[in-house]
Amino acid sequence: MTPTTPPDGALPVWVPSERQRGRDAYRRTQARRSTLVALVSTVVVAGLAVLGLVSSPGWPRVRQSFLDPDVAWASLPKIAEGLWLNVRVMAVCAVLIVVVAMLLALARTLRGPAFFPLRALATGYVDVFRGLPLILVLLLVGFGLPGLRLQGIPTSAVVLGGLALVLTYSAYVAEVFRAGIESVHPSQIASARSLGLTRGQTLRHVVLPQAWRRVVPPLLNDLVALSKDSGLISILGAVDAVRAAQIQTATYANFTPYVVAGVLFVLLTIPLTRFTDALARRSGWLGSQAGLAGAGAMR
Amino acid sequence: MRTVRLIALAAASALALAACAPADDEPAASGSPAADGSLETLTDGVLTIGTSDPGYEPWVVDNDPSNGEGFESAVAYAVAEELGFDADHVTWVPVTFDQIIAPGAKSFDFAINQVSISPERAENLDFSSSYYDTAQAVVTVEGSPVADATSLADLQDAKIGAMVGTTSLTVAQESIDPTTDVQVFNDNDQVKQALQSGLVDAIVVDLPTALYITAAELDGGVLVGQLPAGDDPDQFGLVLDKGSALTGPVTEAVDALREDGTLADLEAEWLTDAAGAPVLK
Repeated sequence: MTPTTPPDGALPVWVPSERQRGRDAYRRTQARRSTLVALVSTVVVAGLAVLGLVSSPGWPRVRQSFLDPDVAWASLPKIAEGLWLNVRVMAVCAVLIVVVAMLLALARTLRGPAFFPLRALATGYVDVFRGLPLILVLLLVGFGLPGLRLQGIPTSAVVLGGLALVLTYSAYVAEVFRAGIESVHPSQIASARSLGLTRGQTLRHVVLPQAWRRVVPPLLNDLVALSKDSGLISILGAVDAVRAAQIQTATYANFTPYVVAGVLFVLLTIPLTRFTDALARRSGWLGSQAGLAGAGAMR
Repeated sequence: MRTVRLIALAAASALALAACAPADDEPAASGSPAADGSLETLTDGVLTIGTSDPGYEPWVVDNDPSNGEGFESAVAYAVAEELGFDADHVTWVPVTFDQIIAPGAKSFDFAINQVSISPERAENLDFSSSYYDTAQAVVTVEGSPVADATSLADLQDAKIGAMVGTTSLTVAQESIDPTTDVQVFNDNDQVKQALQSGLVDAIVVDLPTALYITAAELDGGVLVGQLPAGDDPDQFGLVLDKGSALTGPVTEAVDALREDGTLADLEAEWLTDAAGAPVLK
């Protein structure tokens, strides 16, 4: 909390008291000390772990099988090409999932007896697709749908795999949305209604904006999960990063390509996490607890 | 004070971990005799052989390698006999390709699983000499757009499927060079399913598998033809751990079986004659 001087200098500026500054200084010392201790203990633990790993008798073989730089370099282009497919599948599916899930969540929160069939349908959908393992949905959709040989059914592994991902993930995400919608306090709805807003307007202008804000962190969580599950479409024949790594692994009889793919996936999700944090900070939720008395930064 | 205790605890656990680690491969080095007295195998006096589960015909019959039926099962027992193990002293373990190439202690003395010999793989594995040289073949079903294909050019616009990590996949990419990427599946069952459900127009498998699935497994299966072998034909070898003491004896056994005509006899018995599959140009 640094005191600021207003441009015109007219208003008195709040300055922390001597005692408050003392407290701040003490906290800073403590924080520095904690950082130092954490650093030392991390180095010691990591050093011991590495020592234990390197001194094990199988280490040379393991290093050769998992960390061969030549194989890593040789397999990187194909794996990166596969990852590009994952990214595209993820991006398109994410948009479709949000739309479908939002519709499902709205259908589930509709009131009134006339909407019962819609509610029941949405509930059934969520029950079924949230319960089915993704890999089963992929196999059933991927091999079953084109097997019907109907006109207009796609036979592309990527499209069918994407469809399976949308079916499954929209069921999960619908529940996230529903939780968000139902977490909006009833008084908000009552106030909106008493101001003369219709149910639809209340939903659009009062409930959904608040719900959306609350569900963004779990949504990005699901997006990260989706980025990894997009690799499962490989069972329908598409060559994504995981499958490309598997092919390279078989070619060289060496596991290094799997490690390469793992590193690429982590590199892909880290920006997503940072993006969530940035979004949260911009919207003023990150560290909002810190302002509370006695809360401090969340650790 | 608490931090110090934590560090001490972490250090102790790390040390404990390190102390556990050396519980590694070292086989009982007490000069364990094979069934006939000399070979050091995983279990004394028993030869442990790895193969995939499920195993497919014509390599293994009824998914039971221990019945001695099917080409690879028969070859395995012939090699075992050559090494001095009778059928009662052979055990089978199911393995995946990843288990075959894993660097840790192996669960088998050797694996027989249609693994092609390649210099890249030889960096991490030991191979016996080849027990079978094969070609790759294209299979489709009646009604597919490529059912009447007679040349590689006819196949270029087709969607091709193959199994991950196989020479079939490499050969499909290199000799057909299709305009859409080859689709890659986990195993030959899924490759077949993809062909049947129309996900792909044609598939590439090794010739014996091609002959078997067109004759016995696919409704209206069509063997389009063999793919040109390229500079070096695909050779299947028995796989052993890198630096295994058994590599020498096993290779000698395979060589002996080739010389006395046993391998040719087994090939004639289990792998259908390839004469009916023309080479595509």
